Amino acid sequence: MKTAVQTKTLTLVQAITDGLDTMLGESKHVILLGEDIGKNGGVFRATDGLQEKYGEDRVIDTPLSEAGFVGAAIGMAVNGFRPVVEIQFLGFIYPAYEQIMTHASRLRMRTMGHFTVPMVIRAPYGAGVRAPEIHCDSTESLFTHMPGMKVVCPSNAYDAKGLMIAAIEDPDPVLFLEPMRSYRSSRDEVPEGKYTVEIGKGKKLTEGDDVTVIAWGAMIPVAMKAAEVMKQKGVDCEVLDLRTLYPIDKDLVIESVQKTGRTVILHEAHATGGTGSDLISLINDEAFLYQKAPAERVTGYDTPVPYFGFEDHYLPTPKRVAAAIEKVMKF
Amino acid sequence: MEKDFPIFQVMDQNGNIVSAEYKDLVTEERVKQFYSEMVRIRTLDRKSVSLQRQGRIGTYAPFEGQEASQVGTALALENEDWMFPTYRDHGAAMVFGHSLRNILLFWNGRNEGCVPPEGKKIFPPAIPIATQIPHAAGAAFAEKQRGTKNAAICYFGDGATSEGDFHEGLNFASVFHSPVVYFCQNNQYAISVPISKQMNSATIAQKALAYDIPGVRIDGNDVFAVFVETEKALERARNGEGPTLIEAMTWRYGSHTTADDASKYRDQSESAMKRMETDPLLRLEHWMKNEGIYDEAWVKEIAEHAAAEIDAAVQEMESFPPADPAVIFDYVFEKPTWTIEKQKREYLEFLGGEA
Repeated sequence: MKTAVQTKTLTLVQAITDGLDTMLGESKHVILLGEDIGKNGGVFRATDGLQEKYGEDRVIDTPLSEAGFVGAAIGMAVNGFRPVVEIQFLGFIYPAYEQIMTHASRLRMRTMGHFTVPMVIRAPYGAGVRAPEIHCDSTESLFTHMPGMKVVCPSNAYDAKGLMIAAIEDPDPVLFLEPMRSYRSSRDEVPEGKYTVEIGKGKKLTEGDDVTVIAWGAMIPVAMKAAEVMKQKGVDCEVLDLRTLYPIDKDLVIESVQKTGRTVILHEAHATGGTGSDLISLINDEAFLYQKAPAERVTGYDTPVPYFGFEDHYLPTPKRVAAAIEKVMKF
Repeated sequence: MEKDFPIFQVMDQNGNIVSAEYKDLVTEERVKQFYSEMVRIRTLDRKSVSLQRQGRIGTYAPFEGQEASQVGTALALENEDWMFPTYRDHGAAMVFGHSLRNILLFWNGRNEGCVPPEGKKIFPPAIPIATQIPHAAGAAFAEKQRGTKNAAICYFGDGATSEGDFHEGLNFASVFHSPVVYFCQNNQYAISVPISKQMNSATIAQKALAYDIPGVRIDGNDVFAVFVETEKALERARNGEGPTLIEAMTWRYGSHTTADDASKYRDQSESAMKRMETDPLLRLEHWMKNEGIYDEAWVKEIAEHAAAEIDAAVQEMESFPPADPAVIFDYVFEKPTWTIEKQKREYLEFLGGEA
C-alpha cells in the first residue's frame, strides 16, 4: 500500500522557508547569508525561525555589503559549502553584479571544473506591491545573458519549494527570483520533506489550441486572468509557466507553439533584451513555418520601473494581455 | 601615521641584520633557499617578458622587484593553506607549488593555466582589482567553520585598497574572524597613478585600524621581514585571532604590463636607482659577502639551474596541444545546457570535424 505524502498548506514565501529548512536539516554544508535574515527572519520573513533552529553559524546576518557577502559566499562555495545568499530586493543586487559576472558564473570555466560555485542567490523581484523605488526591478535578463548562471522563478508555493531544493543541490550558481507580489497572495498544498522541481523544465497550466501564452513568476496570475477572459470569448489559451528563464524549456515552448501557431509572451521586465526576445528567437528557429501570426510581447516598457504611483501603468495587466491575444487571433 | 606604522626590517639593503631578535633566523641555509627561490621567479619573469616581446605569449604583467614579497609569503604557508593571487603574483604561486607550465599557459591565453596541481589550493589570478579579497574572507571562513587550522593568504596592490571590495572583504573577514592574511604589495603605482593620487592616507597599514585588526608595515624587499610577519599573521589566523593586514613596501622595476611603457608616467631612472638601493636579491648577496660565504660558482649554478627549469617549462607550454574548441563549451556548467550543446555541435560541424 502506498503511503500518502503528507502535505501542508503554505504561501509561496512559507514554501521557500520550508525548502531552506529542509536543506539546512539535510546538510551541514548548506549555510544562509544575508542582511537581516537572522533574528529578523528576513525583510519578507523568508528565513523566519531558521537562525533559532540552526544557529548563528549557519544562518548568518552579514554586514551591509552585497559585493562582500556574495564574494565571501563564492569563497565558501569553492571551499565545500553550499551558500544560499539573500539579496533583500533584486534592485539591490547591482553592487554584487561584478562578483556574479566575473567570478561566480565563470569560475568553473576559468579553471576547467577545478573550482566550482554551487551557490544560490535569492532575490525578491518585481513591482505591484507599492514598494519604494528600486525595490521593484525585474532585471532577470542581466543574468540570463550571463554565461554560467541559471535563472529560475517560481509562481507558486509547490514550485518554490521544489525549485529551491533543486537550486541548492545544483552544482552551479543559480539566481532564484521570488515574485514578492505573489509571496502571500495564495496558498498551495506543499509536500512535507524533500522533493525537487527540475531546473530547465516549465509547466503547462492550461490546455488550449488557439494561442500559447508564456509567462512566469508574478505574471502567471495576470496570464491566467487574461486566458479566463478570452475563454469567454471562445479563445482557448495554452498558458505556459516557464519557471526557468535559463535554460528555457525549449521542448515545452516549441511543442505548444507548433500546435497553436500563435504566441503571446508576457513579462514585467523591460521589452528590449528581455526574455521575450529569446523566446521569439527560439520560435523563429524551431517553429517558423507553424506561425499563423507574429508573436506578440506584453512587457514592461523600456523605462526604469516608475515610482509606485505610476506602476499600474507600467505593469502588464490582464486587459493588455487580452488585447494582445485578440491581435494574434485577428492577424 | 608613518610613526605609528614603522617599516619593519630584519635585514637592511647592505645585508646587515637590524632586528637582533631575528638574528638566529638568518642562517646560511635559509638565505640560500630564499635567494634561490627569488632567482627562480626572477628568471621566469624575465623570460616571460622576452617571450611576450617575441610574440610567444600574450600580454604579461612583470613583477621584477617584488620577489622578496612573493617568496617570503609563499614559503611561510603550509601545504593546506589557500592562496589568492592577482595577475602579478605568479611568482608566489610558483614558489607555493603551482605548475610552471600552467603558469605560462595562463599567460598564453589558455584556461588550462588556471588549474593548480592536485591538492594545491591556488585560486586563478584575480583580474578585476580587489575582487579576490571577499573570496579569501569566505574561503578562510569556511576553514574556520570546519574547525581546521588552515588559513588563506590574499594578495593585492596599493590601488586595490581604493576599491569597495577591499573594504567589504576586510570588514567581512574582521567581523567573522576569518583566518586570512591580507598581503598588500605597495609598489606605489597603480598602472600610472602614484600612491599620492590613490589615497590621502599616509600608509595602507593604518587602514587596519578601521577594522580593529593588526596592521603591519614592512620592507617588502626584505625577504626575512616578509617571512617573519607573514608567519606571525598566519599564526594569529590559525589561533582564531582573525585577519591581519600587511603592507609590504616595494617597487616594480618594469611597467604595469608589457602593454604599457612606464617611462610615460614616471622617471625610469628612478627605478634604475631603486634597483641599486632596494633589489631584494642584491640584499642577500650583500649578506653572503658580509659573512664571507658568497660563492660565485654557486650563484652561477643556481642561475643556470633556474634557466634550465624555465626553459623546460617553456618547451612544455609550447608543445602543449592546441586549443580544443570543445573546452569553451564543456566547462560552463557541470552539464551543458541545450543552448551550449547546440552551439557546440553547430560550431564543430562548421569546422568540419577539423578542430
